[in-house]
Amino acid sequence: MSNNDRRGFLAASAGLGLVAIAPGVHLMQVAQARPAGEPASKLQRWGMLVDTAKCATGCDACVSACATENGINEKVADPRQAAQWIRKIDLKDPKNGRQHSLPMMCQHCAEPPCVDVCPTGASMKRADGIVLVDRHICIGCRYCMMACPYKARSFVHQPLTQQNPEVPRGLGCVESCTLCVHRVDKGQKPACVEACPEGAMVFGDLEDPNSDIARRIAQTATTQVRADLKLNTGVRYQGI
Amino acid sequence: MSLVPFSRREETLFYMVAGFGAAIVAIGLAAALYMEHSGHVVTGMNNQIVWGLPHVFAIFLIVAASGVLNVASIGSVFGKVLYKKRAPLSGLLCIAMLAGGLAVIMLDLGRADRLVVAMTHFNPTSVFGWNVILYPGMFGIVAVYLWTMMERRMNPWSKPVGFAAFIWRLLLTTGTGSIFGFLVARQAYQSAVLAPMFIIMSFAWGLAVFMIVQRVMFAWNAMTVAPAIRNRMKNLLGVFVAAVFYFVAVYHLTNLYFAKQVAFERFILLDGGIFPVLFWGGWLFLGTILPLLLLYLPGLSAMCGSVAIASGLVILGAFCQLYVFIIGGQAFPLEIFPGMEMSSSFFDGRVDTYTPSWPEFILGLGGIGIAFTMTAIGVRVLRFLPEDDLTHLEAAGNVTD
Amino acid sequence: MRRAATFLLLGVLPWLTFSAWAGDSVPKPTIRIATEGKCIAPAEEMRRNHMDMLKHQRDKTLRQGIRGEKASLNGCIECHAAKSTGSVIGHDDSFCQSCHSYAAVKLDCWDCHQPKAGYKATGVKP
Repeated sequence: MSNNDRRGFLAASAGLGLVAIAPGVHLMQVAQARPAGEPASKLQRWGMLVDTAKCATGCDACVSACATENGINEKVADPRQAAQWIRKIDLKDPKNGRQHSLPMMCQHCAEPPCVDVCPTGASMKRADGIVLVDRHICIGCRYCMMACPYKARSFVHQPLTQQNPEVPRGLGCVESCTLCVHRVDKGQKPACVEACPEGAMVFGDLEDPNSDIARRIAQTATTQVRADLKLNTGVRYQGI
Repeated sequence: MSLVPFSRREETLFYMVAGFGAAIVAIGLAAALYMEHSGHVVTGMNNQIVWGLPHVFAIFLIVAASGVLNVASIGSVFGKVLYKKRAPLSGLLCIAMLAGGLAVIMLDLGRADRLVVAMTHFNPTSVFGWNVILYPGMFGIVAVYLWTMMERRMNPWSKPVGFAAFIWRLLLTTGTGSIFGFLVARQAYQSAVLAPMFIIMSFAWGLAVFMIVQRVMFAWNAMTVAPAIRNRMKNLLGVFVAAVFYFVAVYHLTNLYFAKQVAFERFILLDGGIFPVLFWGGWLFLGTILPLLLLYLPGLSAMCGSVAIASGLVILGAFCQLYVFIIGGQAFPLEIFPGMEMSSSFFDGRVDTYTPSWPEFILGLGGIGIAFTMTAIGVRVLRFLPEDDLTHLEAAGNVTD
Repeated sequence: MRRAATFLLLGVLPWLTFSAWAGDSVPKPTIRIATEGKCIAPAEEMRRNHMDMLKHQRDKTLRQGIRGEKASLNGCIECHAAKSTGSVIGHDDSFCQSCHSYAAVKLDCWDCHQPKAGYKATGVKP
């Protein structure tokens, strides 16, 4: 073994050692950056769990964080025409007056109606369950907006110029929460999850039985919004 | 029959009519360009009411286009001589209105410049996707159908092609109805009754358009439709209008039967502002009851122009009905959390308002302009005028009642 | 008539093409390249194939989630944005715009993508 070879061998074993401790790190970090050149995998399904008991009425830290992360900054004269990727909904049960508040965004369904109805296939679900709009082939027909049970999608009504380089968005196409796909692919959590001051949102891999989110869903009662539609949503709620 | 050359006055009149149509098309296109350039911010459509006036116009034109072909189908598929004479005109109107409707829907797209993408990317699970195949197919079949009817050597083929066109148009209207029928999330739409309802609506609207065009063409040539024929066609229109009434009643009654839809029905039928007004006053009174009286009341139905007025009212009623259906259906808040009261910055839980803007109205009008201009030029350059041979019709037993 | 057309085809067209080769009388795009250096492929290949490379990459990245591809639109911007404006479009000598307006090919990318290098977007809560 020459010197060079030995150096290579040492580096490789160090690398192996890192990989060996990676699962532990994995639990802490929720996600790992996917190596370059590797596609999203069917073995994962990204999801989110929102604990509405912790979600404070009047707090919209998640909404602000989303706007900053995704470059939602356009001035829109008519608020009805503004794009909203995530919004806070205040709920009140008329029967007993119980009130609570929760964030509503794309639920990243396993059976997304928006994908079913899209005439061109622009509305799509990535292998790891993230529902996206391929703006390259979106024709702006808005059929997905008609089909979405959560009003999660917005149509861009005016020209945009101040996009975040990592989050392209523009005139005449439909858009919605991407689960911060550009962050998730780097091993980070979505901006809203990171920003929540109450820690009410948990992000992780629903398919990994050891992940925080999967364990909590296995242990406590969680709800899918409009569960009657059997869409198998990736975003779950607790305490509705 | 000898051909009488057109008089000079008539010629001037034709160019004025065609120019009028072309002008409407031009301003329609200008409106589309304006919307395309500025974005939909210049329309009244928004993220709550995503489909607006252009869709009312486009869906009217497309549904009526498939319905107007019914006249030809009665002739070729069911062998009625009276209607056979009208088959070419019915085919032309079908193509013209389909072109107008499709133009409106295409020009309203957020990215109208991506028409090629719509043609080359196909999602088989999308009802819209099916329609991308059904609409151009309709053009093709009806064009071939016209050819088999107007080219003497091809006449033997007109029956099978006519039959194919008949099947295709049923599929097409089913497809149009299903655009809404498959929207599971919205209280107003998910219903199997929508597909047959759209077919019946197409019968009524298409025939109403046909009656008006026929009357104008006959008047242009200083002719009148023979009373027996007029009588027969007006009765058919009456039956269709009554059938639409039946389907709309069934649609709303089933909704009332499902407890969770009662709130929606209350909104559309009672306290939804403009929508109950358009429903009861526009569709039911002006578009259904009044036409039926005009068509059937002995004193009224014999009056000159009563059928044309009734047809016009049916079309007016159709627009009211579509406005209530498309825009009213979206204005009613989406139930994300059934049984809960919702509020948010995104207008959740609130009835939405929609104020159509001029560009979208003009775009819709442009679609009608396309249909109008194509029809005007078509009937002028080719032989589309129904030529009734009364003795022959009587012999065939087609005008006895 | 036909002879005139033949004359046009055989006589005038080669002359026109030749003068294009000669290069003096034909306007060319003025491209200002801010960062000189090696691109991901030779300039000749980039000129001819950049659109295919980007299209291939965009579909892989967006639809399959493959990151870190060699060709990337943001990569183009990082090197080619003009020093003065920080952008690849906006002026007739901007990197993308210069050729595209010369060749009259519509630029669709910047309807959605950010043309400025190192741009940091702000957020305004809707």
